[in-house]
Amino acid sequence: MAFASKSPWVIHYDASSCNGCDIEVLAALCPGFDVERFGIINTGNPKHADIFLVTGSVNERNIDVVKEIYNQMVEPKVVIACGICACTGGIFHDCYNVIGGVDKAIPVDVYAPGCAVRPEAIIDAVVQGVAILDEKSKALAEAKKGA
Amino acid sequence: MQILITVIGCILFAVLAPIVGCLLAGLDRKISARMQGRVGPPLLQPYYDVRKLLEKDHVAVNSSEGVYITFALIFAVIAGGIFFSGGNLLMCVFVITLSSLLFIVAAYCTRSPYAEVGAERETMQVMAYEPMVLLMAVAFFLATGSFNVSAVFSQSTPIITTIWLVFLGFLFILTIKLRKSPFDLSYSHHAHQELVKGVTTEMSGPTLAKVEIMHWCENVLFLGWVGMFFVWGNPVSVVLGIAVALVAYFLEIWIDNNFARVKWQALLGSAWLVALVAGGLNIGFLMYW
Repeated sequence: MAFASKSPWVIHYDASSCNGCDIEVLAALCPGFDVERFGIINTGNPKHADIFLVTGSVNERNIDVVKEIYNQMVEPKVVIACGICACTGGIFHDCYNVIGGVDKAIPVDVYAPGCAVRPEAIIDAVVQGVAILDEKSKALAEAKKGA
Repeated sequence: MQILITVIGCILFAVLAPIVGCLLAGLDRKISARMQGRVGPPLLQPYYDVRKLLEKDHVAVNSSEGVYITFALIFAVIAGGIFFSGGNLLMCVFVITLSSLLFIVAAYCTRSPYAEVGAERETMQVMAYEPMVLLMAVAFFLATGSFNVSAVFSQSTPIITTIWLVFLGFLFILTIKLRKSPFDLSYSHHAHQELVKGVTTEMSGPTLAKVEIMHWCENVLFLGWVGMFFVWGNPVSVVLGIAVALVAYFLEIWIDNNFARVKWQALLGSAWLVALVAGGLNIGFLMYW
């Protein structure tokens, strides 16, 4: 049995979000939605996190930061793009310094569109992300057995 | 014979303390959530967390970090074994201090700026609570005439009746030892602090799982120290000891949820003042009257 789905710890990074999605991400942790019911904790440390929540589009300045956080996370890990900017670049897609969605920098597992993304959508995305996390955890266990 | 009892005590502690500690940690998160108007995670959430951490890939900055943490855990278990088998309280204090020191060294050896600041603060915390812990052991000796924890069972009254001031001082530093706010400078269980994750910043996966298990064992041991003050010759008093320990734990959760973190100067100053007043007065009274 995979325990990854029972305690998905998240790290939240604001790539270049207008803070609309960030507020919604944090709202999901507050008493109204209380995602700690599902064991979800906002860690703030990439080495402890299982799920990477990115808000905002990727630009020339922060693409290295996004990659760095992703690389520091320990396998198995899942990336969720929160909000339309993180998915595709949103209304900023044709700005001169915007590269696009988070998938231009790192592999994204779940897309949660919205402007701003609703807390329900974030929770929904995390639930889907958790299923992927379980699959990756099992694959890792298999690989360890094989090695 | 005593060594055999200690070994058996260590084995039993290694099996039972993580279970009890895990449930206590789950209770802590549940009660904390209720105090904040949330539903909170399931009772077994800390268990799920540790199992998940064990499933994670093994990534470490260097090979020595994991060794330090493993030995910190082993010494925490030995300290618990010594205490609960009725062994030498002073030895128990020294062994658990060794465990905390290895934890600090593990953070230092990673050379990460965040872990180093966390380790510095952890050192500050050890400096803050250690005088009171040592004075507690001395007061225990003065109250019972022995450093052996089992001596409480030969008393006609619980030692709280003679060293209640030391008990109050110990309650104060218990907040530091349990890593509760306002004294959670080096490492906090709550989200987002300025040090990323303090001492444990560089610890991940199975290593972090060992740290969690170590904290469970430590918590059980410290609550055992609380209970020790209320146990005497009557075997039923063990129940009283456990009850008081649980009340103390609830009090710590309440403090955790109601106080903002202090600066290290306030931590060190207040802890030493309490040690001097509570420990010094009580011990002075016992020695000269």
